[in-house]
Amino acid sequence: MSIWADKDTKVIIQGITGKQGLFHGEQMLAYNTKLVGGVTPGKGGTTVLDNVPVFNTVSEAVEATGANASIIYVPPAFAADSIMEAADSGIELIICITEGIPVVDMIQVKRYLEDKPARLIGPNCPGIITPGEAKLGIMPGYIHTKGHVGIVSRSGTLTYEAVHQLTTAGIGQSTAVGIGGDPVNGTNFIDTLKAFNEDEDTKAVIMIGEIGGTAEEEAAEWVKANMTKPVIGFIGGQTAPEGKRMGHAGAIISGGKGTAAEKIKTLNANGIEVAETPAVIGETLIRVLKQQGLYEACVTGQPTT
Amino acid sequence: MNIHEYQAKELLREFGVAVPTGYPAFTVEEAVAAAAKLDGEVKVVKAQIHAGGRGKAGGVKLAKTDEEVKQYASEILGKTLVTHQTGPEGKVVQRLYIEEGSAIDQEFYLGLVLDRSIGRIVIMGSSEGGMDIEEVAEHTPEKIHKEIVDPVVGLRPFQARRLAFKMEVPTKLVNKFSDMVMKLYKVYVETDCTIAEINPLVTTKDGNVIALDAKLNFDSNALYRHSDILALRDTTEEDPREVEASKHDLSYIALDGNIGCLVNGAGLAMATMDIIKHYGAEPANFLDVGGGATKEKVTEAFKLILSDDQVKGIFVNIFGGIMKCDIIAEGIVAATKEIGLDLPLVVRLEGTNVDAGKRILDESGLAITTANSMADGAEKIAALVR
Repeated sequence: MSIWADKDTKVIIQGITGKQGLFHGEQMLAYNTKLVGGVTPGKGGTTVLDNVPVFNTVSEAVEATGANASIIYVPPAFAADSIMEAADSGIELIICITEGIPVVDMIQVKRYLEDKPARLIGPNCPGIITPGEAKLGIMPGYIHTKGHVGIVSRSGTLTYEAVHQLTTAGIGQSTAVGIGGDPVNGTNFIDTLKAFNEDEDTKAVIMIGEIGGTAEEEAAEWVKANMTKPVIGFIGGQTAPEGKRMGHAGAIISGGKGTAAEKIKTLNANGIEVAETPAVIGETLIRVLKQQGLYEACVTGQPTT
Repeated sequence: MNIHEYQAKELLREFGVAVPTGYPAFTVEEAVAAAAKLDGEVKVVKAQIHAGGRGKAGGVKLAKTDEEVKQYASEILGKTLVTHQTGPEGKVVQRLYIEEGSAIDQEFYLGLVLDRSIGRIVIMGSSEGGMDIEEVAEHTPEKIHKEIVDPVVGLRPFQARRLAFKMEVPTKLVNKFSDMVMKLYKVYVETDCTIAEINPLVTTKDGNVIALDAKLNFDSNALYRHSDILALRDTTEEDPREVEASKHDLSYIALDGNIGCLVNGAGLAMATMDIIKHYGAEPANFLDVGGGATKEKVTEAFKLILSDDQVKGIFVNIFGGIMKCDIIAEGIVAATKEIGLDLPLVVRLEGTNVDAGKRILDESGLAITTANSMADGAEKIAALVR
């Protein structure tokens, strides 16, 4: 079990003939993801990679392949339009990897998606992976192991760090979701936590946040009120100065709001243990699993270090 | 991206927002000449820096005579202003704005900003004009009124009117005020602002509604479609190393510590700063080399880190996902050789091709300390600079 993506998810790539699209398409195939097609306007009728058909429009691709998910590697000026095209064509799961989409465009996208059944993950995110089943993103597949811990994060490399710690400790993952580092995104922490809460196979969750906004605080309150599984957290940017964007468009402390200290305080107040450093995310989870008697159920392999 | 008040007002003027007449000045002579072109008894000499709180710091003066204009202009130009937004080092004033005085009746606050939790633009208004809005929000939140904009239809006039009445704008000026709110919204969406703030917005004794100050910040992701706004960038207001970094497509922020950091990924870069602090040292910078770093980019990153003479050691923390560790290792070796690095260097590599990467570092013959984990690396560099 897992959330949102599994071995039956049929994926297309928007922007498949670009450098990124081709490179990651190949990696996705290598992970046995069901990549059924791609879209590049004007290149319809051709094939790429291992005989993957290319279409001019998403609706053609959906009609011909039955795709229910799309991953977007389109440049920022066109990515908002690509998300809307995917949603209009009935795609259920849209993953937008693109970094640098203007906020005003994302405000439009978010509104457009309101009455559509589509779920958007990202933009500016590494994607989603269900280990051993499907990789819809740019994360290195081999660091993951199938298992029972869910991960949701605003950062890509920090997610890899956490996954690596888990895998080397013999703890597998159910699904890892990167929700992205932009101020306006599709799926948020609460959506993902809710899905993990309902997923039978997920026994605990790691939530990785960072400075800026109040999404972590809102999620912490939701966890206290609704979550039946243990959640541990990490918040990046404890040493970040005010008023500076720390790489991610959304990682900024403004008017004294959105600091790491404030977030950690709120997480703790809502019963979420927060790893003191990024190096002990795995350890912190294991300690909590042991306290809750869930450790044995989450061990999927031998520790390797 | 930030711009100066005088540039913001010029832009607002183009959108039909009422602002006082004024001219920028780069010298005392220009300031005097600008004042001569203005009507009215009072002229305002305003320091132009990318920070608020100028008035309290002595950066805004009212002049009644040409002599006073000259005196204030010479006092303020070249002066270092320290405000709550500049940090203790302050900012040197290099530009002035000379503006006609306004017969102020009442002061208000008007601001447009993104509400991240709902993904919509929110308009905020308050009768507490001229004050720091964060303070108003903390002490008297009931005095801040909000309207949320549906992006499908944009801001509607009834919303602007409702805001005006809640803010207790004089009834006979409600239409003029609402008109300004509508225009400011247009500025926000058409020029891709992240903040559009008028504080204070004033009503005058002769029955006008005027933007007395203006702060516009822009979404750097959208500057590709606004070359006119990009042209307003004043790099002298930015950290020179951050300007240099942006030329090489590196994400760099200068900090106060002495350990230079080179990391891939923004989240990991922030977390690396945090863990350095955890081990009792201070990071000198945030630096994300990105996912597709090349040897050249790594070399530029090293040069950038070393251009900060406070740096006493460097910590490279890479989690190679798509980026391969052996490529990064080659970049590190080539860069250290080219630059002739003589500071302690700790490298932590993890991920794709990690063994090959470590071998390259070991065989390079360079004095590179390798680390087995992020914590190990942070601990080692902290000990080396102590």
